[in-house]
Amino acid sequence: MPSAAGQTVRTVLVKYEKEVLAEWIRLQLAATTLRGDLMKENELREQSRDLLSLLRPALESGRFESLESSDWTQVKEFLAGVSRTRGQQGFAPTETATFVLSLKQPIFDRLRNEIKDAQALADELWVATVVLDRLALFTTEQFLKTRETVIQSQQRELLELSTPVVELWESILALPLIGTLDSERTQVVMESLLQKIVETGAAIAIIDITGVPTVDTLVAQHLLKTVAAARLMGADCIISGIRPQIAQTIVHLGVDLSEVTTKASLADAFMIAMRRVQAKLPTGT
Amino acid sequence: MEKIPILRMGKFLLVTIQVDMHDRLALRLQEDLTERIVAVRARGVLMDISSLEVVDSFIGRMISNIAAMASVLDAQTVVVGMQPAVAITLVELGLSLEGVRTALNVERGMALLNELVAAELR
Repeated sequence: MPSAAGQTVRTVLVKYEKEVLAEWIRLQLAATTLRGDLMKENELREQSRDLLSLLRPALESGRFESLESSDWTQVKEFLAGVSRTRGQQGFAPTETATFVLSLKQPIFDRLRNEIKDAQALADELWVATVVLDRLALFTTEQFLKTRETVIQSQQRELLELSTPVVELWESILALPLIGTLDSERTQVVMESLLQKIVETGAAIAIIDITGVPTVDTLVAQHLLKTVAAARLMGADCIISGIRPQIAQTIVHLGVDLSEVTTKASLADAFMIAMRRVQAKLPTGT
Repeated sequence: MEKIPILRMGKFLLVTIQVDMHDRLALRLQEDLTERIVAVRARGVLMDISSLEVVDSFIGRMISNIAAMASVLDAQTVVVGMQPAVAITLVELGLSLEGVRTALNVERGMALLNELVAAELR
């Protein structure tokens, strides 16, 4: 796009900066998307002023086609910062995007006053719309990225939290599973169990599924995989904590658990494990 | 040509795999081991794979083949010291080595072999 386009947008921003800023803030304060509970008015004023002052030099470069050019780096960094903090403060994506989009009205008003020719006005409005839309999209994208990182770190923490392997007795490990088993978690569970078997030299591992809400074919398959892997290392597995409903589901689904020792409660499993360990180690523990 | 040593310990044969297993080596081991079982009339084979860090489906199948062959020759096979990563790989490959006995380390494996052979004599 030639630099002639957007000329008036620039002039308007230079000439009426104060008015545009004042009206923009007034609009934002009046808007329903304003979150007075999350953000102080001062902070909003400051952010608005900063964005406008960064926007001016970027517009002067005359490149509106994409935000990739270096002229927009500062604006983008600023918006990324804004959406990051807003994401953490608990704003909705719409509310964050509105911050940029609400700038349209004051600018359009000024443009309408400035240009009398309909054709030229349409061109200028188009330029302004494109730029502001891009900036708003960028803001939303950054906002979602922030959310994503939060979710990912939470997921990681959850994984680490939820797979403890405890040593009940010499040679007896227990793995109390809580929550649904998906393939990723099974992998972590399997790894930590096998690692612990190597470390402690355990002969028996009790997998307690009292805290597993539902058992479907996939979960059962994951359980059987864990049992098979432990067996390959030379440790026996006992599955305990099978609730009546789960026993029914397992049979209805046709999952074959006949190869695995199963017990209704952890206490029963522990008892049989003690007996087995003693049988294997006649010297006694 | 490199080969995996097979040690005799009383009624048992001891195989320790300490190098990276490749297919030819595996086949050679199969051959040597079956011959040795017959030659010394071994009652049991203890295979220590604690240094084995990489397995593929071929090696996995070879382990269960050796166990099956040994059992035909009336010798029990116990595989000991499998690494966690190897166990996970084998399970993911769908090879859970049915019919192969396992133990955590050589000591336990020996105890298990003695137990098995004693049970047979009873």
